[in-house]
Amino acid sequence: MYQYNPRDHQLVSERVDQFRGQTERYLAGELSDEQFLPLRLQNGLYIQRLAPMLRIAIPYGLLSSRQLRKLADITRRYDKGYAHFTTRQNLQLNWPQLEAVPDILAELAEVEMHAVQTSGNCIRNVTSDQFAGVAVDEVEDPRPWCELLRQWSTLHPEFAYLPRKFKIAVNGSQADRAAFLFHDVGVELVKTTEGATRFNIYAGGGLGRTPVIAELVRSHLEPEHLLSYLDALLRVYNSHGNRLNKYKARIKILVKAWGVERFAAAVEDEWQFSKDGPNTLKADAIEAMKAHFTLPEYTPAQSDCEQQLEAAAQTELAFSRWLERNTHSHKQPGYRAVTLSLKPTGAAPGDVTDRQLEQIAELADRYSFGEVRATHNQNVVLADVRVDQLQSLWQEAKTAGFATPTVGTLTDMICCPGGDYCSLANAKSIPVAESLQRRFDDIDHLYDLGDLELNISGCMNACGHHHVGQIGILGVDKKGEEWYQIQIGGSAGKDAALAKVLGPAFSRDQVADTVANLLMVYTDSRHEGESFLETYRRIGLAPFKERVYAQVN
Amino acid sequence: MPKLIENSLLCENKWQTVDDQQPLPDSHYLLPLERWLANREMPSEGLPFGVIIDGDQSLEALQDTLADLPLIAIRFPKFVDGRGFSTARLLRGRHGYNGELRACGDIFRDQLQFLHRCGFDSFEVPESAGEDWLDSLKDFSASYQAAAR
Repeated sequence: MYQYNPRDHQLVSERVDQFRGQTERYLAGELSDEQFLPLRLQNGLYIQRLAPMLRIAIPYGLLSSRQLRKLADITRRYDKGYAHFTTRQNLQLNWPQLEAVPDILAELAEVEMHAVQTSGNCIRNVTSDQFAGVAVDEVEDPRPWCELLRQWSTLHPEFAYLPRKFKIAVNGSQADRAAFLFHDVGVELVKTTEGATRFNIYAGGGLGRTPVIAELVRSHLEPEHLLSYLDALLRVYNSHGNRLNKYKARIKILVKAWGVERFAAAVEDEWQFSKDGPNTLKADAIEAMKAHFTLPEYTPAQSDCEQQLEAAAQTELAFSRWLERNTHSHKQPGYRAVTLSLKPTGAAPGDVTDRQLEQIAELADRYSFGEVRATHNQNVVLADVRVDQLQSLWQEAKTAGFATPTVGTLTDMICCPGGDYCSLANAKSIPVAESLQRRFDDIDHLYDLGDLELNISGCMNACGHHHVGQIGILGVDKKGEEWYQIQIGGSAGKDAALAKVLGPAFSRDQVADTVANLLMVYTDSRHEGESFLETYRRIGLAPFKERVYAQVN
Repeated sequence: MPKLIENSLLCENKWQTVDDQQPLPDSHYLLPLERWLANREMPSEGLPFGVIIDGDQSLEALQDTLADLPLIAIRFPKFVDGRGFSTARLLRGRHGYNGELRACGDIFRDQLQFLHRCGFDSFEVPESAGEDWLDSLKDFSASYQAAAR
């Protein structure tokens, strides 16, 4: 994992000093609310419904056990002893004091962390695949490119006051686990027939009020040009993006308005002036960055480790279920990646206590080279676990509450903090998640339903990614009451699709029954081996709609 | 009376922005873009003057006259409107402008270093600005990416 050099330390510490000064000036009345707003947002600080909220950056989801322990310590001393993993691989504190935020940032800097640009109209944290570097379907490890992008975008002098926020995701695998087609810019790593690295650059994707699938603006960009090309792309957006209406200010609106050809041509034209300039990546700089992401010292696999694992799984059903859902194949023979589930029934999806953060650190140290990854599904991954240690890890994870064997199933929901915390929300989302977890607590039923993404957002800003859920639930406000619109058929993968709304919204009490009805249509109609999404794509929206509203009326 | 930050010093602002008809002073004036393009009014040899443009004005029209312009001022209508940052980069990079670039309008202290890095040399700041504003030009001693400087 990337280690800070003196320049990184210097910049992060100067950023803390800068924000300390800004906070002091704000508290002394020398900065107006309006002026302080972008400054605090670009340091991750929101003013929320009940208290400020601080969003801490976890660059492309990577965390060390040392960082986890510091985060645990911070939640204990500055907050109420818990934190929340977000859908963009970041971590949020819900109850910090505004006056204490500079101190929190200073403590984060001690462990090479910050909250720079985790909010505001600037380039946000770069996200990626939680299985980067270990996935069997990997084209190339995206992490060195993510870190190069993190550095390029951090404190970028030209792009701190964009028309709107700007999110970049990098995907280096054949499958897409980074939802790169739903980002302002999606970078897809591909190889030429000779095996050279190239980037396909997609632009104009996003969720929010106007969900759009990104379009290809540049194929097969040579790696040395990544930063200069994005400089040009952002410059076109910064100059021409809508600044009058914040709901039309994302790059997706510009790309749609111009059409992708015109947009791509404008970027290409601008790029001619920055191409081969000082932001061109030199081969030695790329190699030096790759050297930060070398393989850990894997132990050679015992030849019979897989057979032994299978034998252990056959004697214990609960273990075999966990193996099936919560572990993932690995490039290295004798290893697996393991998802620690943060979705036990009764807890808000993605929430962890200070003690749990320490337990994760402990597990990381003992089972996975001291590193973990935060996922956009709001879980935590131990990427490098020896097959012969899976059973003891499972037992410890179970005791700590991380072994709910439901990863990738209906109850492994993505869920935003919703009306319980967020001042933007129209409705609560956490109680909806809980009602679904309670309703669908039969593990055999969940397994029978198979891979199923259910995503919940408390408002149309779509932090819970409801548009790309196979089942998406959106909280809406109807005359001061909280209602829920249900949509189906979304996908965040390379077969990207936006979910379609079933019809009129439901009350909170009706949500679980409605989901049960949708699932009945699926189980009644599915062909052998067909997933919910495949069945929906074959039979369409109508049968689902019919069943759901027949019951209601 | 606004002040000016020039060469990392806070000083009195002797400049005035004229409108489309106003008679011109001898020097230290900023012309609206249309007036400049229409008449190319210049003071006596070597005396300072410039043109003032908005973030959304096309630079193409200005292109042919850049060699005659010792100063271009870019107006920020609101401090959160960051187009001027790119306008400066375009003038410095794409259009190869080497004269003085000045940031005017609604800018504030915490933006000065980024403005400077995008190619601005001088900054029109409010009367209330104190010497402490100059500290913000040195918020960061390093950078991750190349810009105009």
